[in-house]
Amino acid sequence: MEWDWAFVWQIFPTLVEGVKITILATLLGSVLAAFVGLGIALARRSSNRILSRSVSFAAEFIRGTPLLVQLYFIFYVLPDIGILLAPLVAGVIGLGLHYGTYTAEVYRAGIDNVPRGQWEAAKACNLSARQTWMHIIIPQALPPMIPALANYFIAMFKETPLLSAITVLELMNQAKSVANSSYRYIEPITMVGAFFLAISLVAVFALRWLERRYGRVET
Amino acid sequence: MIDWTGYIGLILDGALVTIQLTVMGSALALVMAFIAGLGRLSRFFAVRALATAYIEFFRGTSIFVQLFWAYFVLPFLGITLTPLQAGVLALGLNVGAYGAEVVRGAIKSIGKEQYEACVALNLGRWQSMRHVILPQALLLMLPTFGNNSIELLKGTAVVSLISLTDLTFQAQVVRAQTGNTLIPFTMILIIYFALASLIGWGMRSLERRMARGLDGVRV
Repeated sequence: MEWDWAFVWQIFPTLVEGVKITILATLLGSVLAAFVGLGIALARRSSNRILSRSVSFAAEFIRGTPLLVQLYFIFYVLPDIGILLAPLVAGVIGLGLHYGTYTAEVYRAGIDNVPRGQWEAAKACNLSARQTWMHIIIPQALPPMIPALANYFIAMFKETPLLSAITVLELMNQAKSVANSSYRYIEPITMVGAFFLAISLVAVFALRWLERRYGRVET
Repeated sequence: MIDWTGYIGLILDGALVTIQLTVMGSALALVMAFIAGLGRLSRFFAVRALATAYIEFFRGTSIFVQLFWAYFVLPFLGITLTPLQAGVLALGLNVGAYGAEVVRGAIKSIGKEQYEACVALNLGRWQSMRHVILPQALLLMLPTFGNNSIELLKGTAVVSLISLTDLTFQAQVVRAQTGNTLIPFTMILIIYFALASLIGWGMRSLERRMARGLDGVRV
């Protein structure tokens, strides 16, 4: 079968609709992952052993199981106990939870890298726990984390096609429905690949810039 | 009351397919990682360019798109693959690209004095790689390879979407036949987690075994 440019232009608007949803899911998912990761990282540092152990185990479990199955779980099992979610919402929760367990590690490394002296100085200045975190620790821990977080942002972007399995009409799903109705697979699927490759390559350059800008540890 | 024994058999069949995919995919990924990783360190520009193109392409697009491309587009180009072949190919090539960067990083991190010692001993390029550099670099690669094969295990869930009867696919079958969602999905989540833990444990013991005899030599 030959590559047909006319068909490519014909399906282009449909695919762009899908790209919008893909980007939306990625953005919402990363915001959620950023917060979930912070929650996990803080819970694991908690002095309450039961809390820190159970959160560690849950994070470990989520990281050891496939995102696709987690999405199915959220989308198909939760309605049984009365929680009905729209496909996109379920997808964003799945992405956010899954990548939250990864960003938690980034936060942990970032927080551990803040020198001990800073904690002691905060104590010496009689700052409360909240003040210590808000004004001393987080402002210093955050910049070195940015490249690593951006890395997971890109990884999440590449995982969004999985959302098509729970009927979110993102790029992959649009391509599949176009392919199924026209019996032409070459153009839609290749276009999806090209879209992802193009956006990922741009993202890689942005990541290199972020690494140069924030990656070095200030002394 | 549902008779679960038959369904458990289905899910165990799925587990076998998942394990088979993981093992075969990992084998292909390992080969590709060494070919592309060493290719990026080659003296020849053409080999370096080829290896870089392979790595950037497979890391830049998502596993899902690659799998669909292999399964739906390649037949139009005259190459028909069974779902298992397409799955192993896509998983192996994808994870191999990530592994290639690990191979390159580990080889690069071997100290300059090791290369100088090889020159002093009049070893050829191949000999020094085989007897001096790789044995040391291999140990550095192992932990990341472990993580990569867990990623591959999680990636296998995606092949259920091209009608390969792996764990996730069988869970969907059980769901369709019994109408029960909680039990099949919980069951496969636990199986995936157990498999991931098994890989993690295996890699750690392999690492200990290989590190034996190197104590005191390594810095």
